[in-house]
Amino acid sequence: MRYLPLTDTDRRAMLARIGVPSIDSLYRDVPEKVRLSKPVDLPLHMGELEVERAISALAAKNLGTGRAPSFLGAGAYCHHVPAAVDHLIQRGEFLTSYTPYQPEVTQGTLEYLFEFQTQVALLTEMDVANASMYDGATSTAEAVMMANRVTRRGKAILSGNLHPHYREVIATHAHFAGFTAVANNLDPEGREDLIAQIDGATSCVVVQNPGFFGHLRDHTALAETCHKAGALLIVAVTEIISLGAVTPPGRMGADIVTAEGQSLGNSLGFGGPYVGLFATREKFLRQMPGRLVGETVDADGRRGWVLTLSTREQHIRREKATSNICTNSGLCALAFTIHLTLLGEAGLTRLAAINHGKAVQLAEKLTALPGVKLTTDAFFNEFTLALPKPAAPVVDALADRGILGGVPASRLYPHEATAANLLILAATETNTDADVDALAAALQEILK
Amino acid sequence: MSNVKFTEDHEWIRIEGDTGTIGITDYAQEQLGDVVYVELPDVGRKVEKGKDMAVVESVKAASEVYAPVSGSVTAINDKLTAEPATVNSAAMGDGWFVKIKLSNPSELDKLMDEVAYKKYVEGLG
Amino acid sequence: MTPDPITGTFSGNRALQIEEPLIFEQGQPGRTGVDLPAPPAVKDRLGGLKRQGEIGLPGLSEPQAIRHYTRLSQKNYAIDMGLYPLGSCTMKHNPRLNEKMVRLPGLGDLHPMQPVKTAQGALELIDKLAHWLKTLTGMPAVALSPGAGAHGELCGIMAIRAAHEAKGEGHRKRILVPESAHGTNPATAAGVGYSVDPIPANDGGRVDLAAFKAKLGADVAGIMITNPNTCGLFESEILEISEAIHGAGGYFYGDGANFNAIVGRVRPGDLGVDCMHINLHKTFSTPHGGGGPGAGPVVLSAALAPFAPLPYVVHGPKGFALVEHDDHAQATGKALGRLKGFHGQMGMFVRALAYMMSHGADGLRQVAADAVLNANYILASLKDDMSPAFDGPCMHEALFDDAFLKDTEISTLDIAKAMIDEGYHPMTMYFPLVVHGALLIEPTETESKETLDQFIEVMKGLARRAKSGDSAYFHGAPRLSPRRRLDETAAARKPVLRWRPSNITGQAAE
Repeated sequence: MRYLPLTDTDRRAMLARIGVPSIDSLYRDVPEKVRLSKPVDLPLHMGELEVERAISALAAKNLGTGRAPSFLGAGAYCHHVPAAVDHLIQRGEFLTSYTPYQPEVTQGTLEYLFEFQTQVALLTEMDVANASMYDGATSTAEAVMMANRVTRRGKAILSGNLHPHYREVIATHAHFAGFTAVANNLDPEGREDLIAQIDGATSCVVVQNPGFFGHLRDHTALAETCHKAGALLIVAVTEIISLGAVTPPGRMGADIVTAEGQSLGNSLGFGGPYVGLFATREKFLRQMPGRLVGETVDADGRRGWVLTLSTREQHIRREKATSNICTNSGLCALAFTIHLTLLGEAGLTRLAAINHGKAVQLAEKLTALPGVKLTTDAFFNEFTLALPKPAAPVVDALADRGILGGVPASRLYPHEATAANLLILAATETNTDADVDALAAALQEILK
Repeated sequence: MSNVKFTEDHEWIRIEGDTGTIGITDYAQEQLGDVVYVELPDVGRKVEKGKDMAVVESVKAASEVYAPVSGSVTAINDKLTAEPATVNSAAMGDGWFVKIKLSNPSELDKLMDEVAYKKYVEGLG
Repeated sequence: MTPDPITGTFSGNRALQIEEPLIFEQGQPGRTGVDLPAPPAVKDRLGGLKRQGEIGLPGLSEPQAIRHYTRLSQKNYAIDMGLYPLGSCTMKHNPRLNEKMVRLPGLGDLHPMQPVKTAQGALELIDKLAHWLKTLTGMPAVALSPGAGAHGELCGIMAIRAAHEAKGEGHRKRILVPESAHGTNPATAAGVGYSVDPIPANDGGRVDLAAFKAKLGADVAGIMITNPNTCGLFESEILEISEAIHGAGGYFYGDGANFNAIVGRVRPGDLGVDCMHINLHKTFSTPHGGGGPGAGPVVLSAALAPFAPLPYVVHGPKGFALVEHDDHAQATGKALGRLKGFHGQMGMFVRALAYMMSHGADGLRQVAADAVLNANYILASLKDDMSPAFDGPCMHEALFDDAFLKDTEISTLDIAKAMIDEGYHPMTMYFPLVVHGALLIEPTETESKETLDQFIEVMKGLARRAKSGDSAYFHGAPRLSPRRRLDETAAARKPVLRWRPSNITGQAAE
């Protein structure tokens, strides 16, 4: 078998050295009655060609965004990743390396994570960032739990503009970790008043900017109110490229910024693996979850990097750890940092401007259709339309025409009547004028 | 040093009237290795004999520091925030953690004196 | 120019080992690694929130970027390079077929929220993976969304708590965890609101059955056990443990980190497990990537299956569907809810399925056999020069303690640093905590006998050198790696966690 180097000759010699007659004797501590005597009921081994054929057949049953005009967002975005990124992350020294517990021989990983931490801090305009979490949703849930620890309070207020998945993950933790998450109703018009809900029991307020329905808001006043009440402001960002064009949460006074980093370097991949970003202020440093890379010197006085402040983590603090996270999202963080390095300041700014411009053009084109209203006044690359009829069947009809025309809000809000006619659309640098025209024409026909 | 008492968890307390200064012993700092961070309670916090009072961290470990006796925190050693290494260099003096006002001085009777503590440490081997 | 005092070269480089500054130290405004068209000329609708001022990101061209990351990669040890014997991490070969499969059009470019009818092949793939996992473990259900092993632990312990609450047994607040457990176990239990009660190990390195039984009571919610355990030993009394915890009304959580020892040979379902996470990045070869991403699906017994988190794939008459809102369950109060955004680590599912299909049921049995054989070969070969913590045989990993270093003034850490100069990544050190100065070696099945023989000879050499009293050699190791021992104390006392610009006079800006 191509992945197993041992030959039968090897095995015999090894058993002889060990001093047992067979492999089965090495399993002697396993109770006889639970030892399987033959292979389980699954197919036997296959060569590469057969495996490729089987998996390709499954892939062929899907309509990928590479083959159809796509306007999908709702927390994951279709962007072009430069060819160099995928080549670099597949270098064996990155792909097949491990968590850098032995820094002398993992300076590559440590240096890129240090750069990643710096980039995230710069993008969000915060003091310090960690070396990644699983995704934006879990990162945000960890931020809420951190706010509870810092304020010693247990009530989180969640904006109605927070991605439903993020809200649901927080709710799961709230139930089991024993805190309260007050979830506001969905807010497609962007009109909620969170300030009025803050009181002395509030540990944090969680908003998303741009919001789930696309709204851009200035949360500076909210931040000030939170701080006066002794609460923290958490801002989640699902489209990280927005920070190339929009005022960063740090500037608005956020205490913790969480984000989904998928848009940079990482393919859509049907939902994962993605990469969660987590940034905060210096004063909260020791309450942060996740790995942290710090700079130091070696025995020869040369600059190097190490994992640091490990006493917060599970392998040392065990039940008193700030989080149970161990494996995070290293390779996805690498893809993120390489893509951002290639973009640089000028590239990211221009990319963000292109995204916004495409979305503005898309919005103008579609709101020209009869009965179609734009519910988002200020947005980055994603906005919400109110259609004259339910959006889910419209999206299905668009799919029949080979167009992936946005996400119906009812997919994430199945019980809310106010969501039924709402369609959430994103436009990125990958959308051509022809794509936009195709969508407009198809939509016009379907809405007749 | 007759006004200094010790616990089995290697905390010391130096008594002056009804206040006590608390730290960890030289043996403890040696076991810990280089101290990198100390987490101290807020002034005013009530502490209970034998319960968590502070945390002392080295690179590879975090150890709870327990209150030798009950009381309330009247002062904390800010110097340790900037210079945690003081715990290593002067564990019995400048490396003190907190001062407390004792709420139940009779608890001191259960603690070891210096001679008893020395013997206890020798027995740990 | 004067030569660098450490390397003796003008550049500070050592042939193929090239010193590489940070991207922030080599960026220039006006440099870029991408070519983008001009943005559409529109009036912006950013609501007055256009970002002002610079972000501070450096500009590099593509050749510079490629060189930067290539040079960084050359400072990393990796499985592709050599033996990586970290205990309980299962650093096996990462097949390249897996990488090709995950990038296929129709898989890599699928959006998680596109209409389900346009992603039937993806849902079928998830369903297939679920079938393989259930069959290999002998369990009726599996939750696929957790993003890593620790996340899977969270899922399993939450399911246990939900199951107790549904039965009105919410007063059960205590979880029993062996002292040898991985740190994620108690961290997880505490995160779900449980108190952690440690169970001591007996002299044979296994759970002390009598001590465990003595801790049972009406307030026990369950036990978290790794089997084989973190000492590399199969818990021979596992059936008694399982019976006892069930008899006390608790559930049995299995930490599947060591599944590689028994895959295809023992089914956790047959041991009475109620839930077990499987690390796809361990047993099923998905790459470790420098610290993730991983995937931690959780197989569930019939008792816990109703408490699986959302979402999950179901196979109906009209094809595959994705259940994202479990309304029935919400009404009966059974839903665990969601643990992660979207559907799970699809990229790891594709890789793991390609691996499973490649090995097949017969190959996977051989994987476990060779993994156990390799570890025992190392144990038998080193037992005289080093000090095994327990009598053999072991399972897929061999545990040593530092008794063989007694009176040498050389520690387990020093041995590890000397291994670096020999061209090996050190084994796991100081874990599990139940043994003094632990050295835990897991070779995996993808190492040849020749590799193991060379490793054994080197370890013998190091052990003998240590006993001969050459402590200076060990204390100064490593000497040949890109960096020597790093000052972790300084890093923790004055954390520098990001680059900051300094002005030209050398003073740090804010």
